[in-house]
Amino acid sequence: MTPLLEINDIVIEGQTGDTWKPVVKNISLNLNHGEVLGLIGESGAGKSTLGLTAMGFTRTGCRIASGSILFDGQELANASKSDLRKFCGSRISYVAQSAAASFNPAHKLVEQFAEGPVQHGLMTRQEAEEKAIDLYRRLDLPDPENIGNRYPHQVSGGQLQRAMVAMAMATEPDIIIYDEPTTALDVTTQIEVLAAIKEVTKQFNTAAIYITHDLAVVAQMANRIMVLRHGDLVEEGEARELLDNPKKEYTRQLISVRNAGKDEESKNKDPDTILKIENISASYKANVNVVENISLKVKPRKTVAVVGESGSGKTTVARIVAGLLPPHQGRIVFDGEELSRDLKSRTPDNLQRIQMIYQMPDVALNPRQRVSKILGRPLQFYLNMTGEKQENRIKELLQMVELPENYMNRYPSELSGGEKQRICIARALAAEPELVICDEVTSALDQLVAEGILKLLQRLQDELGVSYLFITHDLATVKAIADDIIVMYHGRIVEQGVKKEILEPPHHEYTELLLSSVPEMDPDWLDNLLAQRDLN
Amino acid sequence: MDDLKTMLTKRIALGVATLLVISILIFIGVEALPGDLAEAVLGQSATPETVAAFRKELKLDLPPVTRYFSWLQGCVQGDFGNSLANGRAVSELIGWRFANSLFLAGVTAIVAVPVAIILGILAALYRNTWFDRLISISTLSTISFPEFFVAYILIALLSVQLVVFPSISSINEQMSLFEKLHVIFLPCLTLALVVIAHMMRMTRAAIINVLTSPFIEMAELKGLKRSRIIVRHALPNALSPIINVVALNLAYLVVGVVVVEVVFVYPGLGQLLVDSVSKRDIPVVQASGLIFAMTYVTLNLLADVMAMVSNPKLRQPK
Amino acid sequence: MFKLLKQAPLSARVGLFIILLNVVAMIFAPVIAPYGETEMVGEVWAPSSKAHWLGTDQLGRDMFTRIVYGARNTIAITLCVALLSFFVGCLGGFVAATKKGWVDQALGRMVDIVMAFPTLIFALMVLSIVGTSIPVLIVVIAILDSTRVFRLTRAVAMDIEVQDFVEVARLRGEGNWWIMRHEILPNSLPPLVAEFGLRFCFVFLFISALSFLGLGLQPPMADWGGMVRENAGAITFGIFTPLWPAGAIAFLTIGVNLVVDWFLHQSSQIRRQ
Repeated sequence: MTPLLEINDIVIEGQTGDTWKPVVKNISLNLNHGEVLGLIGESGAGKSTLGLTAMGFTRTGCRIASGSILFDGQELANASKSDLRKFCGSRISYVAQSAAASFNPAHKLVEQFAEGPVQHGLMTRQEAEEKAIDLYRRLDLPDPENIGNRYPHQVSGGQLQRAMVAMAMATEPDIIIYDEPTTALDVTTQIEVLAAIKEVTKQFNTAAIYITHDLAVVAQMANRIMVLRHGDLVEEGEARELLDNPKKEYTRQLISVRNAGKDEESKNKDPDTILKIENISASYKANVNVVENISLKVKPRKTVAVVGESGSGKTTVARIVAGLLPPHQGRIVFDGEELSRDLKSRTPDNLQRIQMIYQMPDVALNPRQRVSKILGRPLQFYLNMTGEKQENRIKELLQMVELPENYMNRYPSELSGGEKQRICIARALAAEPELVICDEVTSALDQLVAEGILKLLQRLQDELGVSYLFITHDLATVKAIADDIIVMYHGRIVEQGVKKEILEPPHHEYTELLLSSVPEMDPDWLDNLLAQRDLN
Repeated sequence: MDDLKTMLTKRIALGVATLLVISILIFIGVEALPGDLAEAVLGQSATPETVAAFRKELKLDLPPVTRYFSWLQGCVQGDFGNSLANGRAVSELIGWRFANSLFLAGVTAIVAVPVAIILGILAALYRNTWFDRLISISTLSTISFPEFFVAYILIALLSVQLVVFPSISSINEQMSLFEKLHVIFLPCLTLALVVIAHMMRMTRAAIINVLTSPFIEMAELKGLKRSRIIVRHALPNALSPIINVVALNLAYLVVGVVVVEVVFVYPGLGQLLVDSVSKRDIPVVQASGLIFAMTYVTLNLLADVMAMVSNPKLRQPK
Repeated sequence: MFKLLKQAPLSARVGLFIILLNVVAMIFAPVIAPYGETEMVGEVWAPSSKAHWLGTDQLGRDMFTRIVYGARNTIAITLCVALLSFFVGCLGGFVAATKKGWVDQALGRMVDIVMAFPTLIFALMVLSIVGTSIPVLIVVIAILDSTRVFRLTRAVAMDIEVQDFVEVARLRGEGNWWIMRHEILPNSLPPLVAEFGLRFCFVFLFISALSFLGLGLQPPMADWGGMVRENAGAITFGIFTPLWPAGAIAFLTIGVNLVVDWFLHQSSQIRRQ
């Protein structure tokens, strides 16, 4: 049987300034009827570019340099726009990462649904609307009869993503390209969308290319997986085979990231607390509390992870401790001394002992300052360290975060994402703090880089004895680094305790939902989970 | 719908407040005149008696707050006092000239708006082609040229060399519409060139901004025709910025007439304002300044309101 | 610096050349000009000849000489205005962005009101009240223009102010002044430099327009806008003398715009990398 889609030796080039550089290098790909192919890789792997090429489409600033794309016997690589139009949106469709940006804000959902089939002359408007209701129902959207009459900004993110899947399904295409469809969603929402996609893809026996950076997600969806890196194919294989017996080191690394963890339970040397907050409530607008009645403790040399989904108030907790958001109720006690609520009335000593590291290293470093100034300023400011002494200390700090000394003279734009985050860590350490607040410090980084950062933080804690208040939405990170865990939901703490207690049943209802929603490498995980949830 | 309503009410209230503040500023400005308006106008040689009489006529002997309100009340009723230069009622001087200015600006707008929008859209669609470059070069030069430079070049070409249109646009009430249009051709063209350049540049930017949104890429991947993508997907979302551009440029147009009217000796409000400033005929300056400001504020207000109404996200409730 | 120039596209080089030409004329006016600024040396509206390259004006003064001196007067005043406007606007913008709260509100409302008023009309009204003199002209236009600088500076500074590296500095306990000087200012320079070019053009055209209306620089000082006005009558006789000063205005504005365009393009590319 000939494959439905056959891409041969494709080279795609991207434009930087006046030169063209290859972003996808001689990759070949086959897709059979009803098969789901997973494309996985970190940012810059060329996976989205490759996925779009399957529709004969390249983004502005990209071009197909050589190779062929055969779809059902037709060549798409050099097809005219009008020929491509016959396939796009009828026999091949696309589901984008951000449904919120990819739906036209000016039209109702059902209008946008019907547009494809009606314009391709496959259905009348009436038929298309009936089809929409049918698909909305299959995708478990609430009120399928009427949801189509809403505008995109009137439905939630998870629902919008499902509406986009429905739109792609409208013409019952042969192939759907899923481009990171769940990346922007919370884990509990991600499950709904994943389940919906899996279900309809099976029902209609649609072939699909599923693009993601998350190996555990692709494990649920794909029959076959291709691992990409820097535009090259690293490895390709049946999903189970590839996950069980990865041939290449890179794939092995990707898989092992997920299994990393803090091995030994560190000994309880110091039973006292360094930070204690009691009954804190805070709000940005009057009368609407973002967090309510929060109490927590951080012990010296320990890591407390605050975990929750977007809107849970976890970042607000970090801002309160840092003094950026004065709470209207409650106490913050640091090393036995009550801290004032707002930043301005804290002493330099207070400020020095609590440092913060941010999610986006790109915007946390002043692009116009060299590393030497970024690290030198806190040294001068807190410790009054200047001249040669300062320079030596900067070199030491760079060494601590495993960067070469000559990075001193670089600007942030000359560093990679992981290196920038290391500089941020070094800047926090320059103040010789006792507590470091880490706000989603690994979320913006690729998996392998993130793993390196976590290991570094762990090592620094062992060596320097700092405490971390670790804010994250990612349970894998929590498992890797936390001593104590605090689970937050809608501005309240739903459960807190030692890591072991929280991660092992019995759980609080929400913790259970959260924990069970994190995809695992096991390809049967999603099916089992859904079966189990149906039972309950 | 409530969101939109409150936003509109707020914006309109702000507009009205701005107008009031402007009227106060205009009034205070005259108050702040060094010495006294009477002395300033009559000069050093005036006798105390004439100054006193003059003060009485201008009601300068009353307290400022009373005077402000009676002045404002007069303005609302169309009574702006009398000109110092010739003693005629200001409203009489202004009425006809304001109509003339509006006529000039209106004709220009009718020509310029569609041309600018169409050219702007074309430049956005064919961006980075020779057409786009030609347009961007011509806009850059028109933006760099002072209005009077454009005006004199046009006069040199079309009035002196070719003798097709008059270089002085004097119009009167007896002229037919066609005659009027012929006479104001050059000032109209001058204004149009300048306004079109601005509007085109902004329209192009607005359209390009919409064309790079992900939902346009989605529409392309749905296999829709280019024309349909433009009409159904790009235009409804570009409408709000384009309307804004148009209204802003109309506001600019109303002010831009001042220089052009002087070049072509056109009997409009701008010409009157400039004359009165050099004669220091304060009541006329006050009144025409207020009218210009009102038109400008109203058009800006209109721009914001239309942009709000045409924004699909604001039109539908959450 | 030289490397940057070598990479500059043709349009930017032309722009730089035009600016250079004007700066030279401005500084060395007495050396370059063949006659005196107000010296009457020939017939009225004489056509261009060997003695008078660009002909003579309505009083028989050498046009080329007047244009060279005009460069000096007009550009000098424009620079004064632009610098003053920038100083006031930037200071206000940075203060509003770092202080926030009622300071920001008060400054913002004030600027809203001034900007709700068409600049030309505002200037005309103020000049009608206080009269025309060079210091008044400079202060009035600078204050009117500084509102636009204020808006831009505030927006740019606000953009930077919400970035995490500024928060880091605040958490460290740095004062407002340090943050403004070390964190915000260096990052807001590229858009502000470009804006300075645009403001210069705007002010330059604005002063020319005022002079053209007879309300700017007063004769016998050579000033491009005023020179257009004085010679305007010639055009109906088919004498194109007023086009020279008007052209000079357009020439310089184009030059500055070309350089600004290049600069904007350049800095947007840096940001993308």
